[in-house]
Amino acid sequence: MSVDVDTVKRVAHLARIKVTDEEAGRMTGELNTILAFVEQLDEVNVDGVEPMTSVVHQQMKKRADVVSDGGYPDKVVANAPASDDNFFMVPKVVE
Amino acid sequence: MTELTKLTLAEARARLAAREITASELTQAYLAAIEAANPTINAYVAVTAERALEMARRSDERLARGEGGALEGIPLGIKDLFATEGVHTQACSHILDGFKPPYESTVTANLWADGAVMLGKLNMDEFAMGSSNETSYYGNVVNPWRREGSNEALVPGGSSGGSAAAVAAWLCAGATATDTGGSIRQPAALTGTVGMKPTYGRCSRWGVVAFASSLDQAGPITRTLRDNAIMMRSMASVDAKDTTSVDMPVPDYEAAIGRSVKGLKIGIPAEYRIDGLPAEIAALWQQGIDWLKAAGAEIVEISLPHTKYALPAYYIVAPAEASSNLARYDGVRYGLRVPGEDIADMYENTRAAGFGAEVKRRVLIGTYVLSAGYYDAYYLRAQKVRSLIKRDFDEAFDAGVDAILTPATPDAAFAPGAFSGDPVQMYLNDVFTVTVNMAGLPGLAVPAGLTGSGLPLGLQLIGRPFGEETLYTLGTVIEEAAGRFEPGKWW
Repeated sequence: MSVDVDTVKRVAHLARIKVTDEEAGRMTGELNTILAFVEQLDEVNVDGVEPMTSVVHQQMKKRADVVSDGGYPDKVVANAPASDDNFFMVPKVVE
Repeated sequence: MTELTKLTLAEARARLAAREITASELTQAYLAAIEAANPTINAYVAVTAERALEMARRSDERLARGEGGALEGIPLGIKDLFATEGVHTQACSHILDGFKPPYESTVTANLWADGAVMLGKLNMDEFAMGSSNETSYYGNVVNPWRREGSNEALVPGGSSGGSAAAVAAWLCAGATATDTGGSIRQPAALTGTVGMKPTYGRCSRWGVVAFASSLDQAGPITRTLRDNAIMMRSMASVDAKDTTSVDMPVPDYEAAIGRSVKGLKIGIPAEYRIDGLPAEIAALWQQGIDWLKAAGAEIVEISLPHTKYALPAYYIVAPAEASSNLARYDGVRYGLRVPGEDIADMYENTRAAGFGAEVKRRVLIGTYVLSAGYYDAYYLRAQKVRSLIKRDFDEAFDAGVDAILTPATPDAAFAPGAFSGDPVQMYLNDVFTVTVNMAGLPGLAVPAGLTGSGLPLGLQLIGRPFGEETLYTLGTVIEEAAGRFEPGKWW
């Protein structure tokens, strides 16, 4: 399978990365190189093979359903590009 | 003062404990070495001199009281991927501009609890994506090694290029690093240092900036095997904050150094004899086999038939996980924000300006292979191939193999730009290391020789799950036979 420039632009939009026409053109070539490389996986017979979900055989650890952390909103927003009264500030999203 | 930086971690530990030197002297010696070398080597992206001297002063107090921890007063460098409270933590990406976490990663917290001193944060490929340290927002790291009679700059490998270069150039006693496809072992091999990627789940990933969560593991890069074992014991832990952290006690890895290898069965995988393997690397591999055999190990030919599919499967699984993990960088909660017409435009502008070319490439590949209609053909198939890769290793271990010996890299250090324009050629650097991440196994890179032009080469030992001690035991045989390798100081 290979991708065209329009597909690259659509995927870039899905990934929320703005690309120029020039970048999309260059990326199309690079992505097709990578997709051609991974195409050799089609040679492998994977009938009846379970997909890997974990390399280590271990029950998923669970913690007690209690509040164990928190209470420091000032720390949570300390790195925000814009915050006010311990809220993250973003451009208006509702009219 | 420069002599102090040449001490191994183990030697420094002994002299600190005997109070022949102080942690403050040792730390000052490293800070002076960094100040002199960093404009050339570019291994550090942030130096925390004041904090280092304060930590060293407290170490000296504890040592005076006879209360020193396992790493008391040992100055370390920390890869920029580890969250360090109040200190530069940006995965060497522009998108985390100015980020200073209000918390400490479990691995670094373990090191400080054992008395280690933080010198600063180390350069790396952006978000650990790269094999040459050329994708860092903070510029290339320069390998302290150069070809004999040449002034040409070489890359230190990646993504832990700053860690490997800092250790090789005596700019820290040891360094933390991380490995998703070879990012500890490949730079270790290219700089003549020792790098351990432990079993998945051995070191906590909590507070380590995520790249591909099912593959990422932290480990140490050091100048000797013993130093590596010492640091590994402090980095590893059982951590309730990481659900993939494994509930197993941490062994005393240092005790494995010097144990007998008699009767250990070493597998030599036929599939690693790839086309175009340089004769020097093939000869080094044979030398390693001979060394282990002479020490009493039994050598057996094995087959890992799905080896060639590990790299293509990796380039589906890792970008897929990366595209999900990197979705969090949206200009809202931390780091860079580039304004836009509306919130979606702000996201797109921020991510366009904040991510470098390699990161964008991988996020797009990941988004594509996970998108509707392609998930089964790419991601699901890659995860099935991954099961087959692990099965190959399981069968070898079930047949009694204790460890596997391979080359660490397909070649020695190369010049910057050598693989620009063809991402797949760069990815092939990880052809021998990536299988280990796909199967979650431990892998150790040990310096084993020099090329004809005087550049270091490494061998890789692959172990059973949680077989790190066996790797340290076997690695010591190679280290003792090969000797240690140091660059001539030109910087």
